[in-house]
Amino acid sequence: MQLAVLVIYLAALVTPWLFVQHQHRTAYLMAIVPAALTIWFAGHIPLIASGEVLIHEFAWIPGLDISFTMVLDGLSLMFALLICGIGTFIVLYAGAYLKGHEDQNRFLVVLLSFMGSMLGLVLADNLITLFVFWELTSITSYLLIGFNHHQESARKAALQGLIVTVAGGLALLAGIVMLAIAGGSYSIQEILNSSNSVTSHALYTGMLICLLLGAFTKSAQFPFHFWLPNAMAAPTPVSAYLHSATMVKAGIYLLARLQPQLGGTELWTIILSTFGALTLFTGAFMALRSTDLKKLLAYSTVMALGTLTLLLGIGTELAMLGFAAYLLAHSLYKGALFMLAGIVDHEAGSREVTELGGLRKYLPVTAVLTGVAALSLAGIPPLFGFVAKELLLEAMIEGAFAWFIYALVIVGSIFIVTVAAVIALRPFFGAFKAPKAAEKIHEPPIAMLAGPIVLVTLSLVAGLLPGLAGYWITQPATNAVAGTVVDGYLALWHGINLPLMLSAVSLIAGLILFKVWDGTRARLRVLDPIIARGPERGYFWFMDAIVWVAEWQTRKLQNGSMRNYLRTIVLVFVGLTGYTLLSRYQIHWNFDVSVYFHEIMVLGVLVAAAITASVTHSRLGAVAAMGGVGYTIALVFILFSAPDLGITQILVETLTVILLVLVLFRLPSFSNISTTRERIRDAAVALTVGVLMTFLIMITIDVQLFEPISGYMIENSYPLAHGRNIVNVILVDYRALDTLGEIFVLALAAMGVYAMIKFNPQTAPGANHFAGTLILPPKKIPEKDIVHSLDEIHQAMLEKENIVAPGDFDATNERKIAAASDAESNPDLSPDASDGHDDDPNEGEQSDQQQGKEDKPS
Amino acid sequence: MMKPGTLILHAAARFLVPLQLLFSVFLLLRGHNEPGGGFIAGLVASGAFALYLFTFGAAVTRDLMRVDPRNLIGIGLFFGMISVFPALFNGEPLLTAQWWPIMLPGGTEIKLSTPLIFDIGVYFAVFGSVMLMLIALTEAEEH
Repeated sequence: MQLAVLVIYLAALVTPWLFVQHQHRTAYLMAIVPAALTIWFAGHIPLIASGEVLIHEFAWIPGLDISFTMVLDGLSLMFALLICGIGTFIVLYAGAYLKGHEDQNRFLVVLLSFMGSMLGLVLADNLITLFVFWELTSITSYLLIGFNHHQESARKAALQGLIVTVAGGLALLAGIVMLAIAGGSYSIQEILNSSNSVTSHALYTGMLICLLLGAFTKSAQFPFHFWLPNAMAAPTPVSAYLHSATMVKAGIYLLARLQPQLGGTELWTIILSTFGALTLFTGAFMALRSTDLKKLLAYSTVMALGTLTLLLGIGTELAMLGFAAYLLAHSLYKGALFMLAGIVDHEAGSREVTELGGLRKYLPVTAVLTGVAALSLAGIPPLFGFVAKELLLEAMIEGAFAWFIYALVIVGSIFIVTVAAVIALRPFFGAFKAPKAAEKIHEPPIAMLAGPIVLVTLSLVAGLLPGLAGYWITQPATNAVAGTVVDGYLALWHGINLPLMLSAVSLIAGLILFKVWDGTRARLRVLDPIIARGPERGYFWFMDAIVWVAEWQTRKLQNGSMRNYLRTIVLVFVGLTGYTLLSRYQIHWNFDVSVYFHEIMVLGVLVAAAITASVTHSRLGAVAAMGGVGYTIALVFILFSAPDLGITQILVETLTVILLVLVLFRLPSFSNISTTRERIRDAAVALTVGVLMTFLIMITIDVQLFEPISGYMIENSYPLAHGRNIVNVILVDYRALDTLGEIFVLALAAMGVYAMIKFNPQTAPGANHFAGTLILPPKKIPEKDIVHSLDEIHQAMLEKENIVAPGDFDATNERKIAAASDAESNPDLSPDASDGHDDDPNEGEQSDQQQGKEDKPS
Repeated sequence: MMKPGTLILHAAARFLVPLQLLFSVFLLLRGHNEPGGGFIAGLVASGAFALYLFTFGAAVTRDLMRVDPRNLIGIGLFFGMISVFPALFNGEPLLTAQWWPIMLPGGTEIKLSTPLIFDIGVYFAVFGSVMLMLIALTEAEEH
């Protein structure tokens, strides 16, 4: 099974090469892969139907309980068949639909990657693996929705879908971790089979809410449903595949998968039934308001997803039976309907039902297929949709806990009949209406029709022979969802009972509503202001809030003043560590230490150097004094027999001094810009840190929290690691992973310094043409867009605000100098504020020269 | 800063660079048993070129180094990474040290190992990083 997923990814990998030779025919070639997988999975139907569960184990990170083990049971088999089966036709369809599109290549790659991710998601046994695939489907979905990235609407919709699903994904991750804690394993099979009950665990409520957030966002449940209709900006094959048959069912899949362990509680029932019913109604109601074929279908998908959640919430055996049947039925007819809507759009040039009419003469096959699929959508016999709908109504009557659910479901099913009628009748009957001329409208190639034909036929066959579909496909899935063997069967005819009556009522009411659809829609416009305040408003509000918070915290915390950063970091450190220290430990004053004379000497030098560094008025002096501090510390290391540290310290100090000397002359001249108060404050901060560090060291000497690991390291350094230098053994063997990370950090830091120096030689923004092109080839910026110095920007800003007349460059400069010498922070930006503050004439000269250099336009 | 004609510095730099480089290799190789190791050795090696840099300037130093410091970083990270994987072939977790002792004629034993490869990686990464910064700063200064 791992191979099955891998094969799809490999297919995605080779697509670009094949595309060079075969162009749009690549898609027909690529369809072989999912087709073969469909047959392979179909070959397992008898095995799974007999109650077996197929497990293919594969270790990934055994130490963290993460594996690539894949499980095939009734539920994952049904999903796998849908993914590969519908996927085959989608790939074929995309080949024809996007024929001649310049990016068809990219489309196929992402589509196949999505297919692999989705297949991995439904087969994965490990929660972490499942999560990885889950996120992969989100990302590929993002790329597919935004496929027409020239359109702003597509980009926006893609981002919206991504943000909603990925935000839910984060919650899901938290839920997964909690589930693993409660269930004692990351393996779904183990959690499901474990005897200890997850539902009685203390974490249950939090876990459930997190998991539901993940599932609800992914499966477009109310109030997160808004991203799905917007996702219709994607090309039709994507809508047909991701946003009806597969990806949006991932959340439903997860809930169904975990239902045996998580389900059955009051909380589960209430949340799932309520939100399911709300989603169902919202979807159906919004569908009624739409006139775009794809929007109609998208909202009816929302409705179907709500139904599935509702059935999971009801949780009776009958509901499970209905769940599996409804899922299958919906995937079959909705995939077909989307593809057919795409055909209409493609051929007639519009998806607006109000602009279409009388197409049945020109698109006879499409018309018939749409009609049959819509019958299934409306739940009319003898289609499979009817079987599923009857089960839904039966399960609801038997198990729903509140009257409002009945009401929402019945109203929803009336609306959906209307929607089905709109889709099936409006574009094809009545007087001819289409943006394209009638002669140009003709049936699409067989590659586009193949999918709808097969799916609609399956809907019909499954409806006529429900026992067959039930036995082979939905029954094993039902058992997997219920966790036990469910005794039930699918049938077209249940006798004259309440559900049948309800069906008949909703059919008649729906058809009446269809008659007055245009008028109803107009009247529903009254509600527009209320709908505009719907959940999507919340999304925009949320996005604005993110920007606002980011801006606020940037202004507060990231204001560019180095001293501010340091102060914040240091004070937070002092606060947190100091609190822990004082609240948990007692400090024992122990002055009974014997020190040698030379140790006191070293200490004296250290302190003297430190004081010199902080009071000196010469930069070079400060650097030298800091060097003195460093070398003295190295001496301390050597005195206390840590030669490695001593050597390292000396070398680092030497190089630091060299580096400092090199940058020294690039700094603005030394000047006192802080007031006495600020200096006292800074001194106080520095003292606090010093005191805290002293306490910390005293504590570490005093308190031995646990056996130090150094004993083990010393003992095993030679026998295990063949090295006598423990420091080195730790670096390259015991803690090699850390060191590996560190050298990468070091390399990145060096690159950062390099980029800063090299690509900004004039310290003026925009001065260099190759900014930000460390890795990419240089990008040419047109000459007119290049700003040569800060002054120019300043001048431009002042001109814009009519403060100075254009060309009054000198006045601006003077203004700037005045402003700079007033500036309290950011000395780096005011190199020309040097008058009168020099104590080293050479330094002043140097900076004057630099200033002169800067003024010349480069 | 790079004034021509400081005779003593010129002469000293010429002789000290090879010595320091040799010393850095010595530190690198003995690091597993005695004070030393890739990090220290890398710093010593960059110290050698830093001296040269101060004496003769960036262009000459680049010439002498022959390899761009950025490439040195790359080499370092590459060595670091390849020492990660040999353990996999023995079915052990990543980064487990692997040892291949080789007996040379004359009774000398050379111990090749992944920690050694790793240490060489650290050496080059440190060496390259420091030189990259130093040369970049010097070049900016010379402009």
